[in-house]
Amino acid sequence: MADYDAIIVGSGCAGAIAAYELAKADKTVLVVERGNFAGSKNMTGGRLYLHSLKEVFPNCAEEAPLERRIAHERISLMTSDASFTVDFSSNEMLKDGQDSYSVLRASLDQWLAEQAEEAGADYIYGITVEELVKDGSKVIGIRAGDDEITGEVVLLCDGANSLLAESAVGFQRPKASTLAVGIKQVIEIPASVIEDRVLAGEGEGAAWLFVGDVTKGHVGGGFMYTNKDSVSLGIVATISDLATSSTPIYQMLEDFKAHPAIKPLIKGGKVLEHSGHMVPEGGRNTMPKLVGDGVMIVGDSAMMCMNLGYMIRGMDFAIAAGMHAGRSAVEALDAGDTSAQGLAGYISALENSFVLKDLEQFKRFPHFMESTTRIFNEYPVLVRDVFNKLFVVDGSPVAPIKRSMMPLVKKIGFGKLFKDARGGMKAL
Amino acid sequence: MSELHITVNIDEYLALNKFDVDEETAHIELVENPDMTEFLKLVRVCPAGLYRISEDGKTSFDYAGCLECGTCRIACRDTIIQKWIYPSSTKGIEYRYG
Ligand SMILES: Cc1cc2nc3c(=O)[nH]c(=O)nc-3n(C[C@H](O)[C@H](O)[C@H](O)COP(=O)(O)OP(=O)(O)OC[C@H]3O[C@@H](n4cnc5c(N)ncnc54)[C@H](O)[C@@H]3O)c2cc1C
Ligand code: SF4
Repeated sequence: MADYDAIIVGSGCAGAIAAYELAKADKTVLVVERGNFAGSKNMTGGRLYLHSLKEVFPNCAEEAPLERRIAHERISLMTSDASFTVDFSSNEMLKDGQDSYSVLRASLDQWLAEQAEEAGADYIYGITVEELVKDGSKVIGIRAGDDEITGEVVLLCDGANSLLAESAVGFQRPKASTLAVGIKQVIEIPASVIEDRVLAGEGEGAAWLFVGDVTKGHVGGGFMYTNKDSVSLGIVATISDLATSSTPIYQMLEDFKAHPAIKPLIKGGKVLEHSGHMVPEGGRNTMPKLVGDGVMIVGDSAMMCMNLGYMIRGMDFAIAAGMHAGRSAVEALDAGDTSAQGLAGYISALENSFVLKDLEQFKRFPHFMESTTRIFNEYPVLVRDVFNKLFVVDGSPVAPIKRSMMPLVKKIGFGKLFKDARGGMKAL
Repeated sequence: MSELHITVNIDEYLALNKFDVDEETAHIELVENPDMTEFLKLVRVCPAGLYRISEDGKTSFDYAGCLECGTCRIACRDTIIQKWIYPSSTKGIEYRYG
């Protein structure tokens, strides 16, 4: 007999939800989290599409510690001296099941862990799982320090920087082109000032992404999410390309904060925290095997994350995958078979859910982003030049639009513009 | 660091974070005399700016401000990073916001 029915490594979005599902089905569950509390090692951009959390906790919009409901989508194309912004708002974004919220992980993850604990899961905090214990090829438990604890099944929910995925399912350290590094500062600003600055109603806010000069033309982008009384401002950049930049990522963030489009947004703000975390962005083609004998791999540790430039999604994937992993583990335990075959229900559940459908749908996108670097440098410049021509008046006679715009477009070339637009359409 | 653009004092930001540094063991170790091309990658990708090159060209690394993101492990585990593990239990960064 194993010590526990299920052992879960890591209490982020994936781990806590899987623990909740198992505990609710009266399985004995142990969650081992290396942070001193759930969330203390975690960082996100932050916007959670609420649909998947609602499936597990229908009242989460009222009960979970969410920051602001997102009512504005903004995307800016930036050069060092200009910025072009699209602002979209729609009642569709606010409807039940389509709504999304900014979040901070120290509070969100503690709430998720509380739900699992209240459902009966045992928790150990402040302990790092150092090794998976195996019997032949079957995972039978975990080791932390001198302690070994056994479980019928182990759920690996240890995030983007998983040190255990290789031992679990033979997933080797991912390539630097398939992961991005995220840097972020949480900046304190009074609630009413935030609402005034982003033109949002009470309790509402904006999700804002930036492309171009923010990464000095490198693959990636900037983000700003409004929290209750702070904003989360940061940058995500693909590691392999960033490694060739003449500006280190933390200096990019500093320059971003000084950009004329950002400076007034954070004026008078006080930096509360400086954080860093990786984002898996290689997509479907870089995902590992999702089950092995006695083990399942869930969330970021299995690269279940998507960075499309105009949106990042990982938390809603991790939550849905955690739910399916938990439920499939219950079925496997009931059937008395936690071999890879016995756990395969998890894979079919994901295939039938948005998790693998969306990752499959966008599987060409990572390659498109990587190979279309014009998005990060030439296009923001083109947009700036076009709108300078359109909006700047200096008293000299205005040339016909066609004559002033054509040379700008020709600088990049119609062929390339057409190719990139077509490539983008195909990848999306 | 003439070819790199760095003006910010990153230590002022790291000082805002809550850390409980493990003074006994370094959880990340570099090889001796690391290759400069590889080291420069780490200067650029580490969000805590812990990989540094002084005016006279000397490299240095201090694990004390580490955010435990793993970026240096992904960039250089097969070259100049010879050890990368998580800090021992309860130690390291503790995000209050995240
Ligand atoms: C800058 C940035 C912006 C992002 N923006 C968004 C966004 O706007 N929307 C969105 O949906 N997603 C976003 N994401 C992605 C999202 O944050 C992740 O996809 C999500 O957090 C994954 O959840 P997870 O449970 O798989 O992993 P995590 O939340 O990382 O949880 C892993 C847990 O495992 C623990 N752990 C790790 N190793 C061990 C061990 N050996 N022993 C014990 N415990 C261990 C960790 O402490 C942690 O608690 C962003 C990510 C970043 C970095
Ligand atoms: S883990 Fe992240 S913060 Fe720590 S040294 Fe490596 S890159 Fe820097």
